[in-house]
Amino acid sequence: MHHSHCIEEMNKPARGSLLGIEHLDGGEILGLLKLARRMNPMKPRPLLRGKRVLLLFYEPSTRTRSSFEIAAKSMAAMTTLVLSSGSSIEKGESLLDTAYTLRALGADLIVVRHPLAGAPALMARHLDIPVVNAGDGMHEHPSQALLDAYTILRHKKTLKGLQVAIVGDVYHSRVARSAIHLSAKVGARVTLCGPPELLPEVATTLAPGLHITRTAEDAVRGADVIMVLRVQKERLAGVKISLQNYTERYQVTMSRVKLAKRDAMVMHPGPIIRGLELTSEVADCPQSVIVEEVRNGVSMRMAILSKALGRAR
Amino acid sequence: MNQGAMNQGAMNQRARSLLIKGGRVIDPAAGVDAPLDVLMRDGRVAEIMPSNKIRGAADEKFDARGLIVAPGFIDLHVHLREPGQSYKETIASGAAAAAAGGFTSICCMPNTHPVVDSPEWVTWIQQAGRGAIVNVFPIAAATKASKGAVLTDFRGLQRAGAVAVSDDGKPILGNDIMRETLRLASELNLPVIQHAEDTRMTEHCSMNDGPTSFRLGLRGMKTAAEASVVERDVQLAQQFSGARLHVAHLSTADALKAVRRGKRSKARITCEVTPHHFSLTDVDVAEYDSNFKMNPPLRSASDREAILVALADGTVDAIATDHAPHAPHEKIVEFERALFGITGLETALALAITRLHRDHRIPLTRIVELFTAGPGRVVDLKGRGSLARGNYADVTIFDPKKRWTFEAAKSRSKSRNTPFDGWQLTGKVVATIAGGKIVYRA
Repeated sequence: MHHSHCIEEMNKPARGSLLGIEHLDGGEILGLLKLARRMNPMKPRPLLRGKRVLLLFYEPSTRTRSSFEIAAKSMAAMTTLVLSSGSSIEKGESLLDTAYTLRALGADLIVVRHPLAGAPALMARHLDIPVVNAGDGMHEHPSQALLDAYTILRHKKTLKGLQVAIVGDVYHSRVARSAIHLSAKVGARVTLCGPPELLPEVATTLAPGLHITRTAEDAVRGADVIMVLRVQKERLAGVKISLQNYTERYQVTMSRVKLAKRDAMVMHPGPIIRGLELTSEVADCPQSVIVEEVRNGVSMRMAILSKALGRAR
Repeated sequence: MNQGAMNQGAMNQRARSLLIKGGRVIDPAAGVDAPLDVLMRDGRVAEIMPSNKIRGAADEKFDARGLIVAPGFIDLHVHLREPGQSYKETIASGAAAAAAGGFTSICCMPNTHPVVDSPEWVTWIQQAGRGAIVNVFPIAAATKASKGAVLTDFRGLQRAGAVAVSDDGKPILGNDIMRETLRLASELNLPVIQHAEDTRMTEHCSMNDGPTSFRLGLRGMKTAAEASVVERDVQLAQQFSGARLHVAHLSTADALKAVRRGKRSKARITCEVTPHHFSLTDVDVAEYDSNFKMNPPLRSASDREAILVALADGTVDAIATDHAPHAPHEKIVEFERALFGITGLETALALAITRLHRDHRIPLTRIVELFTAGPGRVVDLKGRGSLARGNYADVTIFDPKKRWTFEAAKSRSKSRNTPFDGWQLTGKVVATIAGGKIVYRA
C-alpha cells in the first residue's frame, strides 16, 4: 500500500508560505535571521512596492497585527486589514471562501491569525499565493519564535548550545511549540517547566533532546534564556488549576532569575500578566528583553514577508 | 467502459435461477471451505454441491473460477443519511456503494434528521421506494431523539423491523438509562449497540490524544474515554441474563481488555472494528487532513497492534465500516470544524485482504467470517450470513489476488470523504448478488 503517496496527493501548500517552524530546516531559519539583520523599519526599503498584503485576523491581536502591518508598509506594500468581526465572516462565510475572495481582490500574500490549529495550512493548500501563519490555535506562531531567536542573537553570539528554559503554559501555547522546534533545529538545549495540566509528558516528543522538570528552580538554574509563557485562561477549557498554587511553584520571580546565568535574558511573547506568570519586578528588570522583542518583531517580519514574496535582497 | 449501464443491464435480466460455477466457497458459519457450485433459484440458495454435480439448466451461469464465493457480506454499521440529509447520501446511493463493496446486507444507524426513534421511520427506511439494491436493516434509536433520557418503544421498533437499538454518534451515558436499555432489550432479545465514548472527557477534541495531537496543537481524546464506557457497559450487561451488548467501532487496547473479560462471563458481548482502525494510526492525520478525522479517532500504533491481534484471535466479531458520508463543505474546512467520519463501504474488503491477509497472514476464512458469520451472530438476520440451502441467495464473489487502485471520484456513494483515495489495494469484489440478483459486477 502506498501510504506516503496519498499524503503527497493532498495539495501542497502554496510556494513561499510560512506555516510553522516545524517545516523549516536549520539553514532556512538562520537565513531568515540573517535577512532580518538587514531590515530596519526606520529605513524603509521599497522591496514590496506594488504588492498587496492582506492581514486576516480571526482573533484579537495587538503586537502581531500591527507588527506585520508596519513591516509590510516599511517595504512599500499596500496593506488591508480584514477582521472576523464586521466582515462577511460574521455572516458565516467559510475560511476558504474568504481566502478566495481576498485572492480575487488581488492579494499577493495573506497573513492569517486564527483560533483553530491548521487554518493557515488549509488556506495554503487551496491558494496559489503565500500564506504566512500569524498564530493558529495551539499549533504554531512561527514569526514569534523567529523574532525571539533574532532577539537572542542580538545578545548572544550563537544559538547553538544555549540553555533555554521555557516556563509556563506549554500545552496551550503556539509560541512554545514554535520555540521548541526552532531551538531543536539550531542546536539550543531546551528545558520545559510547568505543572502536568499545562505541560503533559507528551511534550517531550515534539523535538529531540527535550527535558521536562516540575521545579522552576531546576529549569532556570544555569539558563541563558528564560522564556516565560502566559497562562492562557481563554484556552483552558475545563483544565482546572489553582492560580495561587501556580504562582507559588512556577512564577518567574527575581530570586528564581538569579539562579540563571548572570547574563541570562528574560523573554515573554506578551501579553504579560504581571503577578501571574512573572512578577512585575522581573518584567522590568535589566535582563528583561520583553519590550525589545516587540521592537525586533518588525525587522523579523520584514524579512519573513520579503522572503515569502521572493523579494528578499 | 460504461460500468453503470452494464450493471443496470445485469439487474434488469432478473434471472430466476443463477449458477455460480467453479469457485472456492468459503462459508465459515457452515464450516465450509471447498470448491463448490452454488445454484440459486427464486431468491434462495437451491443447491450447493461439488463441481459439476448440479444437474439441470440455469437461466444464467457465473464463471467463478479463481474466485472466492462467500455468503453476502453484512455491514453492521453504516450511515445512510436518510431521512433528512440526502445531500450526503441516500438509502439508494449508500446501498449502491454497499453492493460495490460486496455487502448484501447493511444495518443503518438512526442518527438521521429526524432520529429514527419511531416504528414509522423504521418502516419508511425499508420501503421499496427508497431504491435500495441491497438489504437494509434499520437500527433504531435507544432513546427518544437519542437524547439519552427517555427509552423508545423497543417492542414496536422491533416489530417494524429494527434489528438493534443504538444512540450511535452519541453514547448512552447515564448509568440508569443504560441499565434500563439493557434490561428491556434483553427481554426482547434485541442487541444494544453502544458508541462507547465518555463525552465528558472528549469535549473540543478532534483526534486521538498523543504526540501527533500535541504537535498539531489539537486537543486529544484519551483512550480512557472509550474504555471506561465499555467497562461500565460490560458490568451492566452481566446483570441481565440474555442481554446482548455490542461495542461499535472499538478502537483501543483497553476497551478490548474489557470485551475479553466480558466474553469470559455469561453475558453476550460482541464488538466490531473498522477497516480504518486496523489500517491507519493517528500519525496519518499528518497535516490536518480531515479525511483522517473520524470518531472514534485513529489511535496509536500500539492500539492498532492490539486490534490486529484481536482480529486474528477471534475477540473481534465483525468488521464494520462506519461508512459516514459527508459533503465537501463539511469536510474541507478547519480540522477542528470538520465533521467526524469517512466513507468506507467500497474499500472494506480490499483493506481487510491487504492489511490483514497479505500483511498479517490472517487467513481468508477468518476474514470472510468477519464479514459474514461474525456480524450474523451480532444481529439476527434470519436466513443470511451463510449459504445453507434455503437461505437467501445473498452472495459475494471476490478475487483475493486482484490488485487495483481505489479512486474516490468513481465511488457510488454521494460523498468522497475517504482517506484511501489513490490507494493501491489487493482483493476486489467481482460480483455481488442480493436475493439471487446480480446487483454489482466489476
